[in-house]
Amino acid sequence: MSALGIVGGVVQPLLVIAGSPVLVGVMRQVRARLEGRAGAGIGQPWRDLRKLFGKEPITPRGTSEVFRFAPLVLVATTVVVAVVVPFVTVDSALDPVADLFVVVALLALGTVALALAGLDTGTAFGGMGASREMTIIALVEPTLLVAIFALSVRVGSTNLAAIIASTLDDPSRVISPVSLLAAVALVVVIVAETGRLPVDNPSTHLELTMVHEAMVLEYAGPDLALVELASAMRLTVFLGLLANLFLPWGIATSASPLAVLGGVAAVAVKVTVLGAALAVGEVFLAKLRLFRVPELLAGSFLLALLAVAASFFLA
Amino acid sequence: MSDTTYVQLLDLACGGLLLTAVLVLWRRELVVIIGVFAAQGLALAALVEVLAVHEGSAELGGVAVGILVLRAGVLPWLLRRALAQAGPARRETRPLVNVAASLLAAALLTLLAYAVSQPLVTLAPSPATHAIPVGVTVFLIGFFVLFSRRRALSQLVGFLLMDNGITAVGFLTTAGVGLIVELGVSLDVLLAVLVLRILTTRMRETFGDTDLDELRELHD
Repeated sequence: MSALGIVGGVVQPLLVIAGSPVLVGVMRQVRARLEGRAGAGIGQPWRDLRKLFGKEPITPRGTSEVFRFAPLVLVATTVVVAVVVPFVTVDSALDPVADLFVVVALLALGTVALALAGLDTGTAFGGMGASREMTIIALVEPTLLVAIFALSVRVGSTNLAAIIASTLDDPSRVISPVSLLAAVALVVVIVAETGRLPVDNPSTHLELTMVHEAMVLEYAGPDLALVELASAMRLTVFLGLLANLFLPWGIATSASPLAVLGGVAAVAVKVTVLGAALAVGEVFLAKLRLFRVPELLAGSFLLALLAVAASFFLA
Repeated sequence: MSDTTYVQLLDLACGGLLLTAVLVLWRRELVVIIGVFAAQGLALAALVEVLAVHEGSAELGGVAVGILVLRAGVLPWLLRRALAQAGPARRETRPLVNVAASLLAAALLTLLAYAVSQPLVTLAPSPATHAIPVGVTVFLIGFFVLFSRRRALSQLVGFLLMDNGITAVGFLTTAGVGLIVELGVSLDVLLAVLVLRILTTRMRETFGDTDLDELRELHD
């Protein structure tokens, strides 16, 4: 564990927690402007969270501990991922945990906790949302693993810090077909996993189509605030992972304050640009029929598999 | 051109070939499929051009231009015209194998292509021969499209995809099949497309549709 790793381990979770609602605010604002609305401003998600945290905790009658612990599990797993994945500094605070399989498993654990909570409420919407989320995640997780695995083949390690450091050493790898195929696959699964258009529409509560919103329908007050915060953090974490796996420039390689500040600025800019691009893309997309979603995800799985195959073919 | 740039550009062109082949399977709209096919022609031409620059052969450069004109220009244009005549039925409504299954089949075909082309690669290992599995994959995916689609036009695209795969393998293995041979093959493909187009038009005039499954039954 190096000094750089420890600095990263402290700065990154703070940055992700403070920055993720702002990211959501920016994305909503971009959409609002493009749709010709004034928008609520980029601080609105934080104002919503403050309001929700101030309310009294309340849970539906008949729900068990599963329902109460799910938001905590969701936030906790995301915070661990934010600590270990190299976003700001190229070293990780807990190097063995910054492994591809551990990170993907942690993110999946959060999703599964929320799906169990959806089932625990016993309502029709909760069960429906949970079943849909499981359909999606069953295809998302393998794709996520295979896509990042394609990048790890030439490094010889599934450690994310090692993958990012090797891309820094050899920038020409970014335009290889392996990277391009893996990048396309990752973008599709990140869109699906974070519940954005065309897989899920985060701004509606339409019973026929909602996935994420259906699971969290019964949450209120501080619990809802935690769920909202966690889903914003997951979006930030996924976008940060995408940005740093393919464009790691600007990441801090020494523990000097200037380098760390540069790393913070770089990751903030990269994630904001990606988020804004995602929001712009959403304006032009309609939601996909639920039965078409597996088709989209199977396609991205194939691209990820081709990326792995290409890393062997064209080596 | 330095060796690393050569390998990178070659790999990039092969990645383009692979990606477009998958997109043909993935998308349903015939208009999009034809656009993707044109993009694949572009990637193939780029592949040949990279080989030409590496070999320093003007003849191969000329072949690349010919491929560009034929596969990214003339053939997509002919297909688009055939589609415009076909009227409102612009979608592949019911592929025989559904899209998710055919994508998984494509994944298996990729592995198969890799397995069967290993002996070829080991004969003369070089960056170009390492990319042979990509050409074989495009060929196999084209064959898959050929038998898993119903509409005559998508089957035509499958046939052309196969031909793209064969051409890619040819250039990657031999680095130049000779201008005359390539010219002959290109004219052959062009003629095949023209003949099949006429056939499609006649089919539609006779039966009102180009869904080949409907033709199993005898009509009065």
